Parts: sequence; structure tokens; C-alpha cells
Amino acid sequence: METLQLMDLSRLSLGLSAVLFSVGVAGVVFRRNAIILFMCIELMLNAVNINLVAFAHRLSSLEGQVFPIFVIAIAAGEAAVGLAIIIQLYRVKGTINVDQADELKG
Amino acid sequence: MTDFIQNFPFAQLLWWVFASLAVGGAIGTVTRKNPISSLLFLVLTFFSLAAIYLMLGAHFIGAVQIIVYTGAILVLFLFVIMLLNLGSEYQSDLRGGLWITTGFVAAGLIGFAIWEAFRTPNAVAQLGGADRVDAAVTEFGAVGAIADPLFRDFLVPFELTSILLLVAIIGAVLLAKRRV
Repeated sequence: METLQLMDLSRLSLGLSAVLFSVGVAGVVFRRNAIILFMCIELMLNAVNINLVAFAHRLSSLEGQVFPIFVIAIAAGEAAVGLAIIIQLYRVKGTINVDQADELKG
Repeated sequence: MTDFIQNFPFAQLLWWVFASLAVGGAIGTVTRKNPISSLLFLVLTFFSLAAIYLMLGAHFIGAVQIIVYTGAILVLFLFVIMLLNLGSEYQSDLRGGLWITTGFVAAGLIGFAIWEAFRTPNAVAQLGGADRVDAAVTEFGAVGAIADPLFRDFLVPFELTSILLLVAIIGAVLLAKRRV
């Protein structure tokens, strides 16, 4: 299997990673639904993965393709635990609006 | 005409198609009111990113993205959305006021970082050369080429990740029980 030897693709992918990360940040700031917050966090993690793979393509290193494996595994663990917490939040408060989960405030 | 077809960068055109799908899916994820629509746009983003991984030569990561990330993690999201029976009232939950300013300032700063990244010159030294990755992939296959650094240089992180996943399983089961 031949890898595509177009160096431009890795630079363009760095830009794509930054755009996706900023969209994820905007989503986390703007949304109140806890599950959509989580989806925007997964979007940010994917932006990081694109960054790592772009550099792996540019520098022709295999180590840059191993790190995304760990990122995906940690995202899986974080999604499982986070969604369990959201389920418990829904059982306690009746809503998953994060603005209404402010009992530790003040 | 044949000159135009031979010189046209079809790979870049394909990259632009998938990148626009990815960004469009991301914006759809952020702006939908219904959580299920948001999730489906995220699935579109993930599939486009898998295609871009393949174009960047990360065949294993592209396959793992579809199988694990889209096929397991997002399906888990879908199950939780269906379990909590959300989305019956499609009220908008976007914040307003000072949050809008903060969000746009944050996104704008990151956009400025993008612009800076594109301005830097294109002089980066090659580490191992393209032959190393190609030779490993040709000899061992896409999975075998990843296995060599994963089980030699990154063995300790690999084992720690397995312990972390075990802890996450126990934590998720404990946290979601009705009565502990």
C-alpha cells in the first residue's frame, strides 16, 4: 500500500484540526444540554487525532499513529463514565440542563 | 484536455470534499436543538474524518475510528439519549448574553492560531523518511506496522490503558445503578 506523498495534505489537515477544535470549543461554551456538551468534547478529541495523524504523515513516523489509539481508548472510557454520571444527574434533578446543576455554587 | 486531467490534483479535491463534510457536520452538531440530529451530524463528521485518516496514510486509525469511535461510542451516546427519552420538547438551549461574546472570542483566538500556522514556512526536517512507513506497511500490513511501536516503545501506556478501561467499566456500572 502506498501512502499519498502529497505534503500539502498534512498542512491542510492541521488547519482542519484547528477549525474542528474551535467549533468544539464554541459548542461547549454555547450549549447547555449535557449530552451535546459531551459530543462537542468528542469533537475536540477528534481534532487532536487529526493533528497527530497529520504530523505523522508529514514526519513519516509511526509513533504519531499510535497515540490516537490511546486517545480513542481514553475517549471510550470517559464517555462511559460521563454518560453514567449524566444518567444519575437526570435521576436526581429530572433534567440534564447543566445550568440547573449548580448546587455547589456559592 | 488530457494534460488538464493528468495534472489535476484529484487527491486534494477529494480531501476538500471530506473536509467540508467534516466541518459542516461539526457545525451541525453544535447548532441542532434535537440531540439525535446533533448525534447524526457528529456521525457524518466522524466518517469524513475516517476518510481523511485514510488519505493521510493512517489506515489502522481510520478503521478504528469507524469501528470503535463511531460504532461503539456514538452508539452508546444514542442509547443514553433514547434511555433518558430526551428531545420531546425541542426547546433551544443555546446560551445568550455574555456567553456569546466569550464563545466568539475563544473561537476567534483559535482561528488566529490557524492563520499563524499557515503563515509559517514549510521547512520541517523528515525524521525517518517515507520509506520506513511504507516498508513497514508493505511487510507487516497496516495493523502489523502499528503493532511494532505499540508493543515495544509504548508497552507501558498500553497496559495502563487497559487498567484504565477496567476502572472505567467498574465506574460506569457502579454510577448507573439504581440502588448501590
